[in-house]
This record gives sequence, structure tokens and C-alpha cells, in this order.
Amino acid sequence: MQQPNAQPMADGVLRETASQTAGPYVHIGLALDIAGLPPREQEVWNRLAGDQAEGERIEIVGRVIDGNGDIVRDALLEVWQANADGQYQPRFDSDAPFNSFGRTAATVENDGEWQFFTVKPGAVALANGRQMAPHINLMVFARGINIQLSTRLYFEDETEANAGCPIFNAIESPTRRQTLLARRESDDGESGARYRFDIRLQGEGETAFFDF
Amino acid sequence: MSDIENRRFVPRDRNWHPAPHTPGYKTSVARSPRQALVSLLKPTVSELSGPDFRHLRMGPNDNDLLLNFREDPQHSGLPIGERIIMHGRVIDQFGKPVPHTLVEMWQANAGGRYRHKKDQYLAPLDPGFGGVGRCLTDEQGWYRFRTIKPGPYPWPNDINSWRPAHIHVSVMGPSISTRLITQMYFEGDPLIPLCPIVQTLRDPEAVATMVGRLDMAHSRTMDCLTYRFDLVVRGELQTWFENQG
Ligand SMILES: [Fe+2]
Repeated sequence: MQQPNAQPMADGVLRETASQTAGPYVHIGLALDIAGLPPREQEVWNRLAGDQAEGERIEIVGRVIDGNGDIVRDALLEVWQANADGQYQPRFDSDAPFNSFGRTAATVENDGEWQFFTVKPGAVALANGRQMAPHINLMVFARGINIQLSTRLYFEDETEANAGCPIFNAIESPTRRQTLLARRESDDGESGARYRFDIRLQGEGETAFFDF
Repeated sequence: MSDIENRRFVPRDRNWHPAPHTPGYKTSVARSPRQALVSLLKPTVSELSGPDFRHLRMGPNDNDLLLNFREDPQHSGLPIGERIIMHGRVIDQFGKPVPHTLVEMWQANAGGRYRHKKDQYLAPLDPGFGGVGRCLTDEQGWYRFRTIKPGPYPWPNDINSWRPAHIHVSVMGPSISTRLITQMYFEGDPLIPLCPIVQTLRDPEAVATMVGRLDMAHSRTMDCLTYRFDLVVRGELQTWFENQG
């Protein structure tokens, strides 16, 4: 079945639609408040956990930094994580105490800092009986990024769990594994402990990004 | 958990998509990794699952950009510009419809100006136009927006770089592995091959996947033209043999 703008591969399997940068005005579409647009009935934003959510409440802040060491002030991030029991909750429901999905964005007003409010995810069990250390999948979109960059945030205070995590260890270079560690910065953020996670797009300390 | 771990998608062809480092698009130079991506040979539930937006409450005009924004409800009228319908299907690489998935879009107005704090282009804002839409695909994977055709606009890259008319489009698909953001261009626009962002793609056929086609059959008499734009996300593979033995 050939579609109007879909290109088939030799064996009839269609090609994926090609990616393009989200551009500098991504906020109009995915982060209306940052663009200065009024909210719609419900928006997808940076509070994954409400007051009723089970688990340790945490706040995660960070910046995206480019190859010159400059702060990327127009980055948009998507967040995907398990709940405190290590379970994903795919059904997005703003009324639920916890959602696995969220979005956040760097802003000029905040000097390029983004933040989201959540609970610390539990370890996630794999079918083979092993466990992945608590982690949060992050996708970075911005002007100048032609296709999103996917990484994982791990917690520096989970040394033992991290050491046993098959994905954390899939990064061959032990030095590069360190780029995925969020540092516990304060015990009394706006809601619970605050962790900091800076994402370096290029050069020294470049964050490890995944293909999957 | 074990079921979802057996899920597999057609691997993403990184030579088909734009490379991260594309010097013709200058901003990509300092924003592209130099290290190799870490390939997950066996992705986990964390990559193979994703959000389901069926319960996200939307307003009645979220997919109608002709009606969903008024700077001043008393005085602003319909937006200026060519009235169009943009529609199509979200399908996977095997042609299978992707139902109930979230499609989001944003665009400039007819003059090429975005309603965004950061856009300072000379062209004026349109009091009747916001520039954002969203909807879920139906059972067959169809989505639809009503809007105006955006204008091209100049941007600082080369001394005289212009973006072809385009609508930014975001689709989730069945998992975060299928997540895709792209742009729809308009068939016949002479600015398409001149654009440094379009030129981040090496294969002209990859560019063709981003070109919406004039769809006269679905255009409305004395009302609006229609463009057809299908979105193809990674195909989900059947896993016949779950154990490797
Ligand atoms: Fe644009």
C-alpha cells in the first residue's frame, strides 16, 4: 500500500517519515505557556506527581549545554519514567496522582534551567529476573537538533543498583556512564529532594545518548 | 512486562534521517554529539512502552486553527490567509494504521510570523490566529486539522536563508521508540530545495516523505483546499520466536 508522500523501500516496507528539528518555536506547539499562549483544557507539562502520588517526592532541575559551553535556552525535554514501584503508567490522565510522561523546557527567564516534579522511580524488573536501577528516560529537542537525543538519568545515590543495571553498563566507557548521574543537590527543594542533571550535547563530559 | 519486552520495532535508519552534525544548518554544529550513540541491542520496557493520550481532555476546537484563538473575543475575526485542511493517516512502516495516537502541530501565520515571545519578524501578528493544534487519530489512523497556509519566512543562517512554508508536526506512535517530530512542506514550493534545514537530509526521497500533496478530491467547493500528509512511524515487528533458545 503506497501512500501519497510515503516512500517504499525495495521490499515494500515503507520508509519512516524523516525527522526535522523542532525549531526555536517548539513551545507554540508543545509548551504553550513558554510561548506566551493561553492554556487549553489540559496541557501535558512538568508535574508528573501530584500530592497523592506514592513514593519519595523529588524535583529535577538541569540545563542543556552546547559544544561551546553555552547554555541552550530553547531546549524542550520529554520525560518517561516508572512510578515508585517500578511500573510504567502509560495511560495519561491529568487527574491521576502520577503520570509516567511529562514535558519541560529551558527558559530564558530561568537562565536556561528546566525542572520537573515527580517521585523517584523504583527499580524496573526485567523478564530475565534482572533489575534496572531507578532511571528516567529523557528526550531532548531543540533548534539545531535534527532528531531528538535520547538519554537516561540515573541517581548518584544508587551506587549499588547502578552497578548492577544492564543498561547503565551497556555504556562501554565507565567514564561516560558518569554523565548519566543526577547529583543530589538539596534535601529541601520545592517538593522534597532536588537533583541536578546537566546534559552536555558535545565535547568534554558529553552526555551518553542512546539509539534504540 | 515480559510481553512488552518481546516487542520489536524496525530499527531506525540513521542514514535516512538527518545526521546530527549538518554544517549547512549552522546551529547544528555546536548542538550535535561527537561521540557515537550507545546502541541498545535489547531495548527494555523503558524504551518499548510510551504514553497513551486517549484520556487527555481536549477542547472542541483544538484541531481547528481557524477558530481556536482570538486575541480579543469581541473584535478579532477569522485569520487572514488561504483556508486549508491538512489531513492524513498515521501508519507504521507495514501500512498498519496507528489509532488513538496524539498528533500535535504548530505553525506561523499567513505572513510567516509566529505567535511566540521570541519571534521578532517584521510581518504582523494576526489577532485571529494562534498557530497550535492537536488531535488524536481515529480507529483507522486518520487525523485532520483546519488552518491557514503558513507563509515562508527569513531566518538567520546564510545571509539570505528562507524557510519554505511549513507546518511543524509531532507524533508519538505506540511507544517512545516511535516518537517523531517533523515538518510538512507544501507540494510545488520552490523554496523547499533551497532550505538548509531540508538539506540536512541526504536522500531526495527522504525529503519527499515530508511534502504534503494537494488533495483536490477532499478540497471543499468555495471553502478550502486540502493537503494530504501521511505520517509513517517505525513498524512493529511480529515476534514469532520469543526465546533465542
Ligand atoms: Fe518553523
